[in-house]
Amino acid sequence: MMSLEAIPIQAFLIVSSALFCIGIWGLLNSRNAVRVLMSIELMLNAVNINLMAFSSYVDNNLIQGQVFTIFVITVAAAEAAVGLAILLSLYRNRVTVDMESFNLLKW
Amino acid sequence: MSIAITTQIICFSVLSLVILIGALGVVLLESIVYSAFLLGGVFMSVAGLYLLLNASFVAAAQVLVYVGAVNVLIIFAIMLVNKKEDLKPISDIKSRRIISTSICLTLLSLLIRVDLTNAWSLSNPQNSIGEESTIRIGEHLFSDYLLPFEVASVLLLMAMIGAIVLARRDVMSKDISTGLPVDQELIEKSSEPLLTNKN
Repeated sequence: MMSLEAIPIQAFLIVSSALFCIGIWGLLNSRNAVRVLMSIELMLNAVNINLMAFSSYVDNNLIQGQVFTIFVITVAAAEAAVGLAILLSLYRNRVTVDMESFNLLKW
Repeated sequence: MSIAITTQIICFSVLSLVILIGALGVVLLESIVYSAFLLGGVFMSVAGLYLLLNASFVAAAQVLVYVGAVNVLIIFAIMLVNKKEDLKPISDIKSRRIISTSICLTLLSLLIRVDLTNAWSLSNPQNSIGEESTIRIGEHLFSDYLLPFEVASVLLLMAMIGAIVLARRDVMSKDISTGLPVDQELIEKSSEPLLTNKN
């Protein structure tokens, strides 16, 4: 059995915080729509790291965090599929993937 | 899994460095193809972190779903929409960059402060089920998480149908707007975009 004192939980949390903030930065600053989807995946992965760290350090008997991670992975896969399909139909209509040109709902 | 503490720390440092540098590369690199492959590396390293946390099943699921499905899907999407286009310059790009970067740095400092100052109520590591986690996940999925599990399967079905409907090329015999017959070839022809704004 592994002794969990080896790596403090704070290390995992800091890595996931940094990954989440990088994801937000990419989401705000990318102009390519595919890169926006990649940033969303990065943020979902940061959340998953958080859930896994807590499930193994705080709730290591009933690992409910791992079950939640499975569900998050499922939803992320569905989101990626639908997002890329929307992107393809958007590209078919506007012949660009520039986020700045998708301003039909801008007021 | 019983690994020496020093080995664990070395593995953790290497994996975290790969994750952070890879994520920075994903958002900063000019070429979107490099970004996609770096994203695969980030996903693999996250799976390595899960292995360090004694969660072999979730690590396998991460590799299968993220690297095997999501990343391949993203690469396919890049292949389909990858067109060299010179983007229109934005006038206030500098102020936007400054504002977004400061927001992100503020959020990061806030999160790190919470991470370091909060007293986490850690449980006794002797209770850890370790390698039994796969069995425990199976028990959870078929007892108290049964309804979310079934809903997830419905969600996947809906996502699959929705993706097919959204990405399908319409195969109607006549064009709706012009009334002309549509050529039924498989290769997408470049046509006049319907919704492009004129400015």
